Amino acid sequence: MFLDTFVLLATNTADAGFLEKLNDNLNLGDIIVTVLIFLILLALLKKFAWGPIMKVMDQRAELIANEIEQAEKSRIESKQLLEEQRNLLKEARNDAQAIVENAREQGESQREDIVKAARNEVARLKEEAALEIASEREKAVVAVREEFVSLSVLAASKVLGKELSEEDNRALIEETIAKAGDGQ
Amino acid sequence: MGHENPLREFMGITFNLSNIMMLIITALIVFLIGILASRNLQLKPTGMQNFFEWIMDFVKGIIKSNMDWKTGGRFHILGITLILFLFVSNVLGLPLAVIWKDELWWKSPTADPIITMTLASMVMVLTHYYGAKMKGAAGYGKYYLKPLPGLLPITIIGEFANTLTLGLRLYGNIYAGEVLLGLIATLGASSFFGLVGAIIPGVAWMGFSIFVGGIQSFIFVMLTMVYMSNKVSTD
Repeated sequence: MFLDTFVLLATNTADAGFLEKLNDNLNLGDIIVTVLIFLILLALLKKFAWGPIMKVMDQRAELIANEIEQAEKSRIESKQLLEEQRNLLKEARNDAQAIVENAREQGESQREDIVKAARNEVARLKEEAALEIASEREKAVVAVREEFVSLSVLAASKVLGKELSEEDNRALIEETIAKAGDGQ
Repeated sequence: MGHENPLREFMGITFNLSNIMMLIITALIVFLIGILASRNLQLKPTGMQNFFEWIMDFVKGIIKSNMDWKTGGRFHILGITLILFLFVSNVLGLPLAVIWKDELWWKSPTADPIITMTLASMVMVLTHYYGAKMKGAAGYGKYYLKPLPGLLPITIIGEFANTLTLGLRLYGNIYAGEVLLGLIATLGASSFFGLVGAIIPGVAWMGFSIFVGGIQSFIFVMLTMVYMSNKVSTD
């Protein structure tokens, strides 16, 4: 039907009344109506559907862009905060370590001091004790020696039957004892 | 198929009233879709708005595959209208064919070559118009000398061939679908056994025709944008 139309048109174009001939073979009305309806539909769609929806889509795109920007910003911010917090934590940890170290050192030195003081005290006490012992011993020796002298005098006087005055012979006897002591 | 068209003459111009009716119905349906989609617009789309936005994105994808969006954005509404109009037209003739006094009234408007050729010619005229408008006379004329000046006659023939194939491809697909559906329907109406035998092929062919209708409307818009970008793009 369509191709026939073209063929017919080709044969008839030479004649007068071209439009009339065209109309005989081709429903011109359909063409006009098709274009008209299509263009009207296009205009209506553009006004009532495409325009508003496009606007909403643009708004959405803008919103999304804003949101992404916001998210990026807050991400950077939170990263910064995190870094800060991390630094603070590190600092605190270092501080704590330093404090512990200090305390330990202090404790160490204190311990050493205490030990040293105790050692000194002990040495001093020991020395004192030794001195005391020595003097006590000296005293004891002197006492024994005196006792021994008087006993010897007593014994000698008994043996001799003769009263010797203690004071007269003491020097002599002490000398003898000292000799005996040296002889030992 | 063998039925007359309801031709009427008005002011010396012949009108096919069936075509006019079906075109108006198609336009109304498409407009209704548009109105329903944009009735309650929200930033978070639901229902029909989603559907319409999907179509918009789809057409946008077609355009973007042929030219950059800065040039092609102005053809967005043309593509949307075309794809919706053609798809509704293609599918409209599927459920029934109404014949009144031996005149075929209800059919796909795109099952008529006049209408598809009109649309195809309109698209081609638009491509020439925009080609001349956006690139100037010199730029537009240069189009015919590409890729080789010697191929000028072939390029010119190609322009007409493009128009013809663009319209007739759509017409052929839809018309053939309707003819076969009509045959199956005739078989179904013949007898009880015919009805039993016709149900399965009828349903299958209807499904396939919906598919073909979608594909053909897609191809039409795709080719429109291809021809458009041939004329308009500046590479």
